Amino acid sequence: MKPTDYRDPEYYHKVVDCQYACPAHTPVPQYIRLIAAGKYTEAYMVNWESNVFPGILGRTCDRPCEPACRRGRVEEEPVAICRLKRVASDFKDDVSHLMPDIPLTKNGKKIALIGGGPASLSVARDLAPLGYELHVYDDQTKGGGMMRTQIPSFRLPIHVLNQEVEQILNLGIITHFNQYITSLKSIVNEDYDAVFVGTGAPKGKDLILPGREEGSANIFIGIEWLASVAFEHTEKIGKRVIVLGGGNTAMDCCRTSRRLGGDEVKVIVRSPFAEMKASPWEKEDAMHEDIPIIDNHVPKSYVTENGRLTGMLFEKVEAIYENGKRRLVPTGEPDVFFPADDVIIAIGQENKFEWVERDLGIEFDQWDMPVVNETTFASTRPGLFFGGDAALGPKNIITAVAQGHNAAISIDLYCQGEDINQRPAPDTKLFSTKMGIHEWSYDNDITTEFRFPVPQADKKETLSDRKKEVELGFDLKTAFREAQRCLNCDVQTVFSESKCIECDACMDICPTNCITFTYNEDEEGLRMKLLVPAVNETQDILVSDILKTGKIMVKDEDLCLHCGLCAERCPTAAWDMQEFLYNTAKAGHHCYV
Amino acid sequence: MTYIRPQFQHPLLPKNSLGYNRKDYEGSLSTLCAGCGHDSISAAVVEACFELEIEPHKVAKLSGIGCSSKTPAYFLSNSHGFNSVHGRMPSVATGANLANRDLVYLGVSGDGDTASIGMGQFAHVVRRNLNMTYIVMNNGCYGLTKGQDSATADYGSISKAGQANMFEGIDLCGLAIELGATFVAQSFSGDKSQLIPLIKAALSHSGFALINVISPCVTFNNNPGSTKSYDYVREHNEALSSLDFVPVREEIVTEYNHTQVRFVEMHDGSMLKLNKLSPEWDPEDKLSIVIALNKAREKDEILTGLLYLDTKSIELNDLLNTTATPLNQLTEKELCPGSDVLEGINEGLR
Ligand SMILES: Cc1cc2nc3c(=O)[nH]c(=O)nc-3n(C[C@H](O)[C@H](O)[C@H](O)COP(=O)(O)OP(=O)(O)OC[C@H]3O[C@@H](n4cnc5c(N)ncnc54)[C@H](O)[C@@H]3O)c2cc1C
Ligand SMILES: Cc1ncc(C[n+]2csc(CCOP(=O)(O)OP(=O)(O)O)c2C)c(N)n1
Ligand code: SF4
Ligand code: SF4
Ligand code: SF4
Ligand SMILES: [Mg+2]
Repeated sequence: MKPTDYRDPEYYHKVVDCQYACPAHTPVPQYIRLIAAGKYTEAYMVNWESNVFPGILGRTCDRPCEPACRRGRVEEEPVAICRLKRVASDFKDDVSHLMPDIPLTKNGKKIALIGGGPASLSVARDLAPLGYELHVYDDQTKGGGMMRTQIPSFRLPIHVLNQEVEQILNLGIITHFNQYITSLKSIVNEDYDAVFVGTGAPKGKDLILPGREEGSANIFIGIEWLASVAFEHTEKIGKRVIVLGGGNTAMDCCRTSRRLGGDEVKVIVRSPFAEMKASPWEKEDAMHEDIPIIDNHVPKSYVTENGRLTGMLFEKVEAIYENGKRRLVPTGEPDVFFPADDVIIAIGQENKFEWVERDLGIEFDQWDMPVVNETTFASTRPGLFFGGDAALGPKNIITAVAQGHNAAISIDLYCQGEDINQRPAPDTKLFSTKMGIHEWSYDNDITTEFRFPVPQADKKETLSDRKKEVELGFDLKTAFREAQRCLNCDVQTVFSESKCIECDACMDICPTNCITFTYNEDEEGLRMKLLVPAVNETQDILVSDILKTGKIMVKDEDLCLHCGLCAERCPTAAWDMQEFLYNTAKAGHHCYV
Repeated sequence: MTYIRPQFQHPLLPKNSLGYNRKDYEGSLSTLCAGCGHDSISAAVVEACFELEIEPHKVAKLSGIGCSSKTPAYFLSNSHGFNSVHGRMPSVATGANLANRDLVYLGVSGDGDTASIGMGQFAHVVRRNLNMTYIVMNNGCYGLTKGQDSATADYGSISKAGQANMFEGIDLCGLAIELGATFVAQSFSGDKSQLIPLIKAALSHSGFALINVISPCVTFNNNPGSTKSYDYVREHNEALSSLDFVPVREEIVTEYNHTQVRFVEMHDGSMLKLNKLSPEWDPEDKLSIVIALNKAREKDEILTGLLYLDTKSIELNDLLNTTATPLNQLTEKELCPGSDVLEGINEGLR
């Protein structure tokens, strides 16, 4: 196997599991260390640079980082990365003076951003400091998109949302709220240098079954209903509520129902419980609020009496797996009737592009979605970009932010007359943390503490007030202990062949047997003959060049604790613990922190 | 700052038939200098005991004084241990061994501890064929007291201060063979693939087993010109044999070339598969190894591998016909069999 190319920043990037998994590549261990050091404002700004909405995401993020977290492989559970982000936001000082300066003289370029959700706001945040004139159009009265209209206040308090949305709008963004764009042509015909479409996936799917029409007064589409609750048009719901669907929208619908008078709220879902789309913690929170989740039930009809909904009929099924495919097969048991006063349909969202004319040079694919480049987020019409749920279908906030960053880079390149396919390289730094023989500038002691749960407010209180936030967040003591669970995966084990005398000290000391000195062969063979075979192929092995004795050093990255013992044991400092900072490029190479 | 080894371990770490993994044979975190050869030998002991599937509580670790003699703290923390006086480990080992034949005795010493202050004790424990493994972690200096030349430092070897040694070094292997050792091996701390099977073989040998392991002192004797440095030993290492240890349970099925490969049955039924790399030498022929050692010395070579093995070894307890039951398990009835028995004994002596 060829020696690892240490100079390729992507090698070390991949070692930082959480950061690598984060769509916006937030430098997670860096901000966790800042939290442990009590530097909440700095931790907030490290986040803000990458993910733009630390306070919002610290409460609502889908957290793709956590299943990736190394700690979850070393013990039971990952570091509470997301809720530590909230700590940074909760305990930061005023950050207004840390916001970027906006040039008084503009650069003469004018950009339209359609939709005021996280995607558009991220583009705006990245381009405003570069002198662009930015116009945001949204049909709502305020910015934030679905973060405002969909995510319930008991998960995301309004003041947190407002602060982070206004923080961006205050960068001199020109807003056109209460304005639904009915024609993209009308916008592209104006004098904009580039247009960004961040209109989300605003259409909730309906479920047409017998009785749908007769019962319609008591049947709601989830995302429409949530929006109407957010705008306080809807303040009540019946006592018995059925929520259809197994995703996060269903979880928000059922929990909101509990707060608006629903005493007997049930979630009924077609698939088995384990395969529901909702995140495990969302399901837990719903069940904690006495909401049963009934799985393997396929809706058959809405049952009505005298033109009024009385309940729904379901067929019982079981999941059969064949060749990796799942089929839901009726069990043959009699259909089941569940009485209900109201039904909420939360079975998915779709995009809505009726307002986009088809003669603008924008290619649409077979699903009637615009063809969008997944790196540049350019459509087939020059100067027109898509991002967020509007680009590649409904995902989540952090994905919308990441796509916003990339679209902003493209818009900037495009407006400066450069090639949008020439992507700027990330900004990386690698520096030693050595302070003494057994001393490093990071805390390399490994705690065995298990993940701390986030305390919640009293259930009685939260169920009686729709706006009362359920999670209380970590206090500082717990935050510190949780932060200490982080293994500092960004402090890299950097090896120099020329210094190694092959004394085996590192191999002998490594608590998780990551290091082996052996003879080279192909990757497959090499992985199998390590001290403990490196069977997790999603994790790289670090392979040195040939050493004096003809052997090579191989390190399996999989379970490295970044404890630094290898480097402490090395008599010649052939191992060094080096902090690796990786920041994805932003438009105009702008740096915020 | 860490002096604590993290508690986490690799979830796929293999277990032996006792249900233990390597970690169960480790000790506390070493306080020796980073890169000290002694730490590698400790790791080899851990691996050998894990592979031999020895119950940790069936092992007694004994040592004298020196960096080397500190190492029993760094392996087998679930075993018995006795860190004795400088050069006096053999007498403690002898006493313990005669009192309890049931344990596996592992002595660890240094070149200073063995070849200087402990030379007298060493000579007698070899000659008595005490059933133990005796590892010398040989770095050619007194590491613990800051690197003075020891009695195994080779003639002309340059010290860290730049001085050439004026005296001839003691060859512990040659000496042990001369004194009647029944298992003699030499190895290098930087070659675990050789060292681990040797330790396994030594632990399985019934009688005195010496392994002289060249173990560089990175702090005081790893300089250019030293004959005990990592570089020098690697360049001058000449393996006489390679060894595979075949446990009792496994059957030998492979075909082999009899002139080169030799199987030797150990006392406990395990086998050594010996691959002779030198045709003139025979592991059971004392003369051939004495010649080989002298030739190697002339050529500045360090012979490693199993050097000598006496398969007819009779260990001290058998020779003295001591009780098979450990003394701590004998009851008053056996220890004080009554005046009749005493009378009988006295009669026999008249
Ligand atoms: C119930 C629910 C709960 C969710 N919970 C979470 C969560 O906890 N965590 C998470 O990460 N994600 C969550 N999501 C998903 C997340 O809200 C979206 O992925 C994200 O908001 C997408 O951002 P965006 O900027 O692409 O679009 P959006 O946030 O959808 O913003 C688009 C904006 O454009 C406006 N708009 C649309 N068309 C036009 C037009 N023609 N003219 C003018 N304005 C227009 C819309 O009204 C909206 O304000 C949830 C979604 C739902 C439905
Ligand atoms: C009776 C006595 N004399 C002298 C000493 C001082 N002393 C401690 S260690 C040592 C030499 C150890 O050398 P070696 O056995 O080679 O061990 P190393 O440290 O080299 O591994 C000496 C002379 C002592 N501790 N006790
Ligand atoms: S242990 Fe820390 S740095 Fe490593 S993946 Fe988890 S959060 Fe990230
Ligand atoms: S930092 Fe070094 S010693 Fe610690 S787990 Fe990683 S490779 Fe092993
Ligand atoms: S002084 Fe020498 S022998 Fe002692 S621990 Fe240090 S390197 Fe090892
Ligand atoms: Mg010594």
